[in-house]
This record gives sequence, structure tokens and C-alpha cells, in this order.
Amino acid sequence: MTVTALPDTEATPPKRGWYKRNEIAVTPWLFLAPAILFFAVYVIIPIFQSFSISLYDWDGLGEARFVGMANYQELVTDRAFEVSLWNNLKWLVFYLLAIPAGLFIALFLNQTVTGIRIYKSLFFSPFVLSQVVVGLVFAWFYLPNEGLLSNMLGWFGLGPVNVLGDPTWATYGIIAAGLWPQTAYCMILYLTGLNAVDPEQVEAARLDGAKGWKMLWYVIIPQLKPATFIAFVVTIIGALRSFDLISIMTNGGPFGQTRVLSFYMFEKALSEYGFRMGYGAAIAVVLFLIMLVFIAYFLFSMYREERGGR
Amino acid sequence: MFPRPIQQASPAAQTTYKTLLPLALIMWLLPLIAVAVFSVKPASDFTQGNYWGMPGSFDLIDNYSQVFFNSDMPRYMLNSVLITVPTVIGAVALSAMAGFALGIYKFRSNLWVFFMFVAGNFVPFQILMVPVRDLTLDMGLYNTKTGLVLFHIAFQTGFCTLFMRNFIRALPFPLIEAARVEGVAEWRIFWFVVLPLMKPALAALAVLIFTFIWNDYFWAIVLTQGPDAQPVTAGITSFNAQYRAAYHLMSAGSIVAALPPVLMFFLMQKHFIAGLTLGAVK
Repeated sequence: MTVTALPDTEATPPKRGWYKRNEIAVTPWLFLAPAILFFAVYVIIPIFQSFSISLYDWDGLGEARFVGMANYQELVTDRAFEVSLWNNLKWLVFYLLAIPAGLFIALFLNQTVTGIRIYKSLFFSPFVLSQVVVGLVFAWFYLPNEGLLSNMLGWFGLGPVNVLGDPTWATYGIIAAGLWPQTAYCMILYLTGLNAVDPEQVEAARLDGAKGWKMLWYVIIPQLKPATFIAFVVTIIGALRSFDLISIMTNGGPFGQTRVLSFYMFEKALSEYGFRMGYGAAIAVVLFLIMLVFIAYFLFSMYREERGGR
Repeated sequence: MFPRPIQQASPAAQTTYKTLLPLALIMWLLPLIAVAVFSVKPASDFTQGNYWGMPGSFDLIDNYSQVFFNSDMPRYMLNSVLITVPTVIGAVALSAMAGFALGIYKFRSNLWVFFMFVAGNFVPFQILMVPVRDLTLDMGLYNTKTGLVLFHIAFQTGFCTLFMRNFIRALPFPLIEAARVEGVAEWRIFWFVVLPLMKPALAALAVLIFTFIWNDYFWAIVLTQGPDAQPVTAGITSFNAQYRAAYHLMSAGSIVAALPPVLMFFLMQKHFIAGLTLGAVK
């Protein structure tokens, strides 16, 4: 039996080879192989490795020492971990404001006046900036004396503020910076969604006397459901992934009050605070488990869709 | 159409809307405009405390040539290009094949493999950080562009496969059946039938991945250090350390770093938005 990987199909072979006979069954796996290989090596296997590393005390170079659940026990009493966890919650809650804000801007821009396309693109442009640039831009915007924010408050007779230097407000300041590109993203999702709203339903509702908020709530928003779902997914993921902004704007400070799990993990495992890979991995596992709740929900939603479809 | 077209409103409302539009845009882009203004100001403005007044002089060329000729910025930019372009090609190629397999063939584990890609695409980076850094070190690829590219290709394949598979699903299936009846080999169906139809998806993904990878910061600082391999997002922090408190140069540097994805977006707008909003309409 000869196995020919890519048989020449122009000439009709006298005997059908093994590949020819199993073509339909084998081909998908041949096409999948490179992607699965890469994904397994760099994504799937590392997840399990992190779980196992979290049970060790390891500085990344020397011998790893098995410590069982000790890292997790330490987490329970770690104040910095608690602060990070609370900040993650703040991110989750306030980052979701991007969804109504994006809808609002989309409604504002959903007109056909001259130049509206340019306006839409420019409103969207913050999304394509790197988070590093967004962080720098906002850090300068917030500067206590020189920053534009303090200067603008000055016009109204309000004192200068040091948003990023204030332990209470710094996290909200960073979230506000993150909302800027995220709102742009949600806006573009809703603009696309609004484009596809059935005009006949809108007209019918108008004839029935629906307008304004009622129209929005009962006729438009239900039709925007797919856009809302995606906006929700990307915003939740974005909130839990927040790292760049914090690293650039405050580097976790002041007094570690702007840390989130993703940042704290990096700090523990890879920065001047020491190379505690095991402890870092334990933090990452907690973050992963939080994310897993959402991932499971997203997958479940997709699964229902697939069932409904072909 | 909702809201009601402004053309049907009173002339006063129309005028209000048309004046509100540019005002809202200026408010929206204010932080960015501020940085753009900073980047053309002379150094003397900052030493004299003239942060928000009129620029003392228009120093666009001076400031930007400092960035291009007097810093590591060009090297960082080149690194970014050498990281981003291979990643785009690799991720698009792998996911086109994977998407074809998952979109066309019916086999028992199809949905599970698909969900593996989707779920992996959502995981927090930190759960991968320690093992991936370790793996990269073991392969001797730490602080190389190759190390970053390999990881990026692997991770982006998750999102790209989700995208490609859904796109291929929407293609007319009878086309493939017809080709099979004709006796066309499966890999030829991929190459000659499906791939040409996927051009819009390939373009959309290419621009999206370009932006994502260009803007990556986390993996850049985990897997590389120094101007030999670091992309511009990581390089900008060393640039800023070099020109501490020289706001005109730091602003110019940020604008240079941000420009390629912005250009990419404005040039390929249609594809970019098609890629981002796939699935936003049913």
C-alpha cells in the first residue's frame, strides 16, 4: 500500500491509493495540523503548565521546589492580591460603560450628512492607537500642573487635580483612558448594527406612535442584539486583559493601588520585585478561572447558535 | 432608519446638528490633538511653562528629525515591521487552512476543535506567560524577533480561525459539492475554489492582525529586551526615558509609533471595519 501525500489528480491512477480512498476523512486533519500544532505548543499546553508551576516555588532558573497549595494559601492573606482583585472588579463594572457610550455616539452619528464618513472614521480612530500611546497621551492629559485636564478645570476656578497620584482616583483615571478606545470599538459595532435594522419595522412602529426612548428600547435595541453580544464579549475580555495602560500610566502605583491581577502577576514573576514564577502562576490561575466563567458563557451562547444553524 | 434622518427635522435642528458634529469630534480627540500640538512646539516653550499657549515657533521638522535621526526609533520601527509582517502572513495562512477544514468538512470532533481555538483566543496572557517565556528561552529564541513571531502566529491563529471558519461557512456549499462531483482533489478545491472566494476575509484579517501585533506591548516586554529585537511599543518607553520631560520629542515619538496602524486603518478602512464587525449583524 502506497501512501501518496499529494497525488497528481490529472492522471487517473489505475489503483486508488489509501489517501484517495480516505481523502474526505484525512484532508481536514492535514489542513488542521499546522494550526493545531502551533496552538497546542504555545497556548493549550502552557495553560496546563501554568497550573502545575503554580504548585512550585521557582525563581525561573534554579531547581523548582514542590510546595503544594502554599502559593494559594499565601494569596489569601496577601493585601496586594486583594487590592488587585477589587480593581479587576472596578475594571469589569466601569469598562462596560463603553457599551452604552458607544451606542450613544453611534446614534449621534447615524445620519447621512455630507462628510459623515470622515466623522465616523475619526471617531473610531482611537481604537487603532496602541494602548501604550493611549496611556502616554492620557498620562500627559492628567499631569497635575501642566496637563490639559487641570488647565481646563482652572478655567472654571477648580484647583489642579493629580488624578494618577491619588490612590482613590488613579484606577478610575486609567479606566477612563481605557474607555476611550473601547467606546470607539463599541460605536463601530453599533453603527454596523444600526445599518442592518429593518426599516420596515421602524416605519411600522412609527405609524403606531412609537418614538424616542420607547422606539429605541422596544424596537431598535432588540434588533441590535448581535452587536451588543459582541460588544459585551470584547469589553469583558478587554477589562480582564488590562495591563498596558496600568504599566504605562502608573506602573501599579501610587502605593500599588492601581494594580490588577494581570499586572500584579507580571510584577511578581518578572520584575524587580523578584522572580517568583510559582506565585505569579498562582495569580494567573486565579485570573484564568475568573475568565473561564465568561469563556464558558460565550462558548455556550455560540453552541446554541450552532445548534440552530446548519 | 433610526434615529429619524436629520433632513426631516427643522432647519434650526439641522444647523445645530451640523455645528455639534465638529465640536463633538474636537472634544473626542482632544487628548490626541494636545499631543499633536505638543509635537510641533519648540523645547523653549516647555522650559518657559508655555504648555497650552500658542506654540512659540513651528518646529515640526526639527522635532521629528530628532526622532528619526537622533534616537533608536528607526530601529524599533524596523523591528516592528519585521515582527508584524511575518506574523500576519503566518497567522493568515495557518488559519485559512484550519478555517477551511472546520468550515467545509463534517467530522465528529469538528465543533470541539473549533471551540478549542475560540476558547484559547480568550485566555488571559498571564496564564501563558511563564511557560511561553520558558519555552522561548529553551529554544534560544529569547530576545529575538523570531521568538515573538512564533508566539504571535500561534496565538492569533485562534482568532483568525474563528473568523475564517465563519466566513467559509457562509460560502455557497453547492460550489464545493459540484467541484467534488467533477473529481477535483480536495486540496485543489481549497486552492482554486475556496481561496479566491476568501479574498475579502484574507484582506480583513491581514489589516486587523497587523494592527493587533503592531500595538502589542505585553509580549514585547516579556520576550524581548533592548533595541535589537524590541518593537516600537516597548521601545517608546526607553525613548521617553532618554528624553525625560522633553514633551515635544516624546509627543513626536508617540505619533511616529502610532502612525503605521492609523495609516493602515485609513487606507484599508472597508476591510478593517468588515473584519471587526463580522458577526455584529445576523
